[in-house]
Amino acid sequence: MTGDEVRAAIIDILNDIAPDEDISSISDDVKLRDQIDLDSMDFLDIVMELRKRFNVEVPEKDYGHLATMASCITYLQPLLKDRQFAR
Amino acid sequence: MEPRVSPEQRIVITGIGLTAPNGNNLKDFRESLLRGKSGVRKFETRYMGEVIAGVCDFDELKYQKKKELRRGTRAGSVSIYCAREAVADSGINWEAVDRSRVGVYLGVTEHGNVETENEVYNISQYNYDVKFWSHHHNPRTVANNPAGEVTLNMKVTGPHYTIGAACAAGNMGVIQGLQMLRLGEVDLALAGGVSESIHTFGIFASFNSEGALARHEDPTKASRPFDIKRNGIVCSEGGCIYTLERLPDAQKRGAKIYGEIVGYAINSDACDFILPEPVRQAECIRLALKKAGLEPGDIDILNAHATATRLGDIQECTALRAVFGGEKSVWINNTKSFIGHTMGAAGTLELSGNLPSFEDRWVHPTINLDELDPDCALENIVANEPKKVDRVDYIMNNSFGMFGINSVLIVKRFQA
Repeated sequence: MTGDEVRAAIIDILNDIAPDEDISSISDDVKLRDQIDLDSMDFLDIVMELRKRFNVEVPEKDYGHLATMASCITYLQPLLKDRQFAR
Repeated sequence: MEPRVSPEQRIVITGIGLTAPNGNNLKDFRESLLRGKSGVRKFETRYMGEVIAGVCDFDELKYQKKKELRRGTRAGSVSIYCAREAVADSGINWEAVDRSRVGVYLGVTEHGNVETENEVYNISQYNYDVKFWSHHHNPRTVANNPAGEVTLNMKVTGPHYTIGAACAAGNMGVIQGLQMLRLGEVDLALAGGVSESIHTFGIFASFNSEGALARHEDPTKASRPFDIKRNGIVCSEGGCIYTLERLPDAQKRGAKIYGEIVGYAINSDACDFILPEPVRQAECIRLALKKAGLEPGDIDILNAHATATRLGDIQECTALRAVFGGEKSVWINNTKSFIGHTMGAAGTLELSGNLPSFEDRWVHPTINLDELDPDCALENIVANEPKKVDRVDYIMNNSFGMFGINSVLIVKRFQA
């Protein structure tokens, strides 16, 4: 996956987890939970969806890397580099 | 002779919110009952394929965001819809209500089977690896979930819980609300019952294994209480919640009053897991009459519990003959013939469908009663067509459930 594909994959997950929000307008460098209504259970949903969709395990000590879109991409791209993105 | 009770002990129904397989508000539900419109249809369920069920089609997004729906349960959605509809119907100024003095009391037949089955199916797609088991499972399956979702949605900070009482639960939610109002624990009760059981295959499969699941080529004719050709229960979802208030509070705000709860009773058969016991049912009915200070002949409409199982209907009819035998003015009907068995919702929902009779004096019928089973013979079953009667002052609702839990409510036409 390219960086753009990782971004698209995260947006797909956020669309499912926060279906009332406008995900398309989020900025990459602001904390996700400052832009959309996300709580700790939602972050666990992101972790679960990464597990289900891409067989990627995010350990609890790394949850901080999921704070912004930019940090998500930086953290996840190496883990997803061999995965195919399919909408 | 009715017992004298102080005004503060008189509990009245001031709002009704409901979803039934044939109506999503009291007006539409009542119209369906008077027009003979069933809400039973074919329904796909996991593992079993096509079954017959009563299915609700209320607008879940009327009071919930998509995210709430995703996180919560179907029972929670049914509860939120009914609670918000009840409050809207009551005309109460919700913004001015002290939410710490509101209690939410909901009867449920069971809760959590739907979500558990979904999660087991989910992990079956991942070779039963439990790391794919949802973190939402616990909040979705705790027994207070349906009532708890109401408190989150409506910002109620008073007490909330569910009352597990099999198919007697709907009446029990109302009884609990009444008792808490009389004790002064709350000033407004959101009380009733809900069921989402059709969303798990287990309830169908279990009734099927008991030989008690209704079958018919025409789903609308499958639920046939008292009929010689009845062959079992139609499982249905539904919900009904009342706003209950003490009479002086209701009068102070000029509330519309649907009726006053003047009698209730709960008892137990103490004899079998599933087979009902007519002697205890009759005792429960007599106890409710006694609390209300009424004689059997004072009841105008009796909404029977009968679920269209072969033996269950006979047992209830035996109990009714013991209490009401020879009474010519007690009109008997059954709502399950229209909507199937809405389980935890049944008591409150079925009572609701009869409350408009205080005003219009029409008794809705029991449909699909083509040939009365001689073992179910009773005076005055209103069969297939509604009946206009001279007076409706008292309505009785029976709801009985597994483990021999019996519940009876008596509502009186309101007179100040």
